[in-house]
Amino acid sequence: MDSNPDFLVQFKNVQKSYDGVHLVVKDFNVDMVKGEFLTMLGPSGSGKTTCLMMLAGFETATSGQIILDGQSINNVAPHKREIGMVFQNYALFPHMSVAENLAFPLQVRKMGKSEITEKVNHALKMVRLDHFANRRPAQLSGGQQQRVAVARALVFRPKLVLMDEPLGALDKNLREEMQYEIKHIHEDLGVTMLYVTHDQVEALTMSDRIAVFDDGIVQQLASPHVLYDEPTNAFVANFIGENNRLMGKVVSIEGDVCSVELDGGGGLVQAKKINVAGVGDRTTLSLRPERVIVDPAAGECPNNCEARVEELIYHGDHTRTRVSVSGSTDFIIKVPNTHNQQHMKRGQSIRIGWNTGDCRALDA
Amino acid sequence: MANTYSKVGEMTTNDGVPLKISLQRSQRKLKLWAFLLVAPLLIFITISFILPVVSMTMRGVENPQVANILPNVVDALYVWDGVDLPDEAAYEALVIDLTAGRKNKNIGKVASRLNYERSGMRRVISGSSRKAAKLKEGPYKEQMIKINKAWGDVTTWSLIKRESGAFTYSYLVAAVDYKITDQGDIVAKSEEKQIYKSLFGRTLMMSFTITIICILLAYPIAYLLATLPMAKSNLLMILVLLPFWTSLLVRTTTWIVLLQSNGVLNDILVWMNIIDDSGRLQMIYNQTGTIIAMTHILLPFMVLPLYSVMKTIPPSYMRAALSLGANPVVSYVRVYIPMTVTGIGAGSLLVFILSIGYYITPALVGGQSGVLISNMIAYHMQNSLNWGLAGALGFILLVIVMIFYAIFNKVIGIDKMKMG
Repeated sequence: MDSNPDFLVQFKNVQKSYDGVHLVVKDFNVDMVKGEFLTMLGPSGSGKTTCLMMLAGFETATSGQIILDGQSINNVAPHKREIGMVFQNYALFPHMSVAENLAFPLQVRKMGKSEITEKVNHALKMVRLDHFANRRPAQLSGGQQQRVAVARALVFRPKLVLMDEPLGALDKNLREEMQYEIKHIHEDLGVTMLYVTHDQVEALTMSDRIAVFDDGIVQQLASPHVLYDEPTNAFVANFIGENNRLMGKVVSIEGDVCSVELDGGGGLVQAKKINVAGVGDRTTLSLRPERVIVDPAAGECPNNCEARVEELIYHGDHTRTRVSVSGSTDFIIKVPNTHNQQHMKRGQSIRIGWNTGDCRALDA
Repeated sequence: MANTYSKVGEMTTNDGVPLKISLQRSQRKLKLWAFLLVAPLLIFITISFILPVVSMTMRGVENPQVANILPNVVDALYVWDGVDLPDEAAYEALVIDLTAGRKNKNIGKVASRLNYERSGMRRVISGSSRKAAKLKEGPYKEQMIKINKAWGDVTTWSLIKRESGAFTYSYLVAAVDYKITDQGDIVAKSEEKQIYKSLFGRTLMMSFTITIICILLAYPIAYLLATLPMAKSNLLMILVLLPFWTSLLVRTTTWIVLLQSNGVLNDILVWMNIIDDSGRLQMIYNQTGTIIAMTHILLPFMVLPLYSVMKTIPPSYMRAALSLGANPVVSYVRVYIPMTVTGIGAGSLLVFILSIGYYITPALVGGQSGVLISNMIAYHMQNSLNWGLAGALGFILLVIVMIFYAIFNKVIGIDKMKMG
């Protein structure tokens, strides 16, 4: 087996089909180093949960290898994989108390009673639930159940912890609190975690690296800030954060800069060449709302466009301004709420501009 | 609002009406409407179920025969000490009552009523009433003793006195194989006369056996139903429900065809040389037949509650147990099965209670050893016409069912019971 010992988990050319006609996972390759927090992010049906289930052993890979700690685990039964898992509905055993839930993985490993008690107490302390040991799961709040589920997945010291949209059922505030808590547990214990979510904010906050899934393929695998600042295709640019799109055609390329003729008659603009093959290709220009400059001073930026204000939504710290630019009517600009901010009106014509480096020419 | 608090702690509405009264008024219409919706069923149940149950239960303790047909005797015995034979007044009353009873053609009722308590009393009463009508004048004491020497026996009189009350516990005592002696003590009947206790025991044992078999058979089916894809589970569900759509009589008689000595199953076994022709198995008209047929009939009542509970258990629980390192068997036993306990409980309660009172199937395939207490109740209703004893047996059966229901409610909780 040509496995690298530095990697805890390796997916090699993994494919999965349920019906023999369609591939749910087309060609999945990823290497996870020990102690990493990797997130699989994507819309539902993109294949991310299937990959997690294959790693946990509840689905079999149709082809390809899954390697855990240097061993191929394609034919290892789920209960022998030593992988902890947190489920979306927590899957806490309702007929057992919190302490019994935590003791379960230790009991099936035939540990001694005193050792079990000690480990259970330690795990409960870790998630600050030491006073709830004798409660039933149904007597706990959603956030507490979540913490018990996390503690249970960690209490037997697994090589790897999988989390399948664990925060999906919590309300917004609790979800944010739990994100930090899980992140801290990850840092404190140094345990390797593979996390699945469709919430990009969650992915950006928690992860070391994020694999963006769509249509059974990893669109981009990179750290959060690379994904946000340097998306390599239009899907990732759209999926991560807010994004403005302008469609056009490449007319010339000079080094890593290309000139693009905008579709709606907006004229010629410059963009960073990322994912275009050559002159004459269609392209999607991707531009973050906060990188758009309103009413730029003469010569401040090389790209200038005429825009018409369509809608203004006050958000306190900034005003979300929807403008129409070159035929696109959902172009968003975030105008920060600062002293010298001029007041725009609906229907007003303004000029907008941006730096060439902020505008990325991606696949159409 | 200034008048929101008229008194301390009592809320009122804006126009000064106490809030509670106002709330009651506003809800009165809803309550009336709800009651009207329930009313047809309530009336139906009352007439067809509650009243008959109460009436039969009352028959188990009611005792009108002696008091109504021998009223003068009862009056005369009121002051009797019960040690020596009663005086002339009692004999005179007896003659009057026997004559009147014969004239009104209801002397037979008191005859069979007293015959339940002591065999031979039917002959004593009927014979005496026939002869007493011919007696011209008193004193009657000597003449009556001459007609039947039972009237010279103190115990005959004490029996009549004992059963002269409006209510009696003698049926209930008889229903559990005890009897009341001439001295008024309650003692067990002699061994060979005990029937009901062993019949109750057999009914409980067979119901228990049927429940266990139903659990064992229904659990895998319910699991399959709950886990198979929709299209297949629907087909399987139809198979499970098929017995429900077939007449009970048809199903029971089909078992006779299959299981009887010259039936299909025996023929196959003989043909396969597993048994020889002389050794055909007796599988029907005994306990085996009753258990087989009743298990078949009651199986859906176990499958449906189990299925409805299992359907609500997402696969993540088993997966969680596996991921925590438990092997599939341990996961199933320690995680899955405990989560289905409510289903097992609900199904068991249904099957057990239904089989305790089952009548048709044991009557058809039970033979001698496979009949249940319900068949004995039916016998007393239809053949021996001892409705008092039938009522008492029925009442005891009802109490047993209630006890099991209470146990179930205590252990599992009736609110957790789900059907289909």
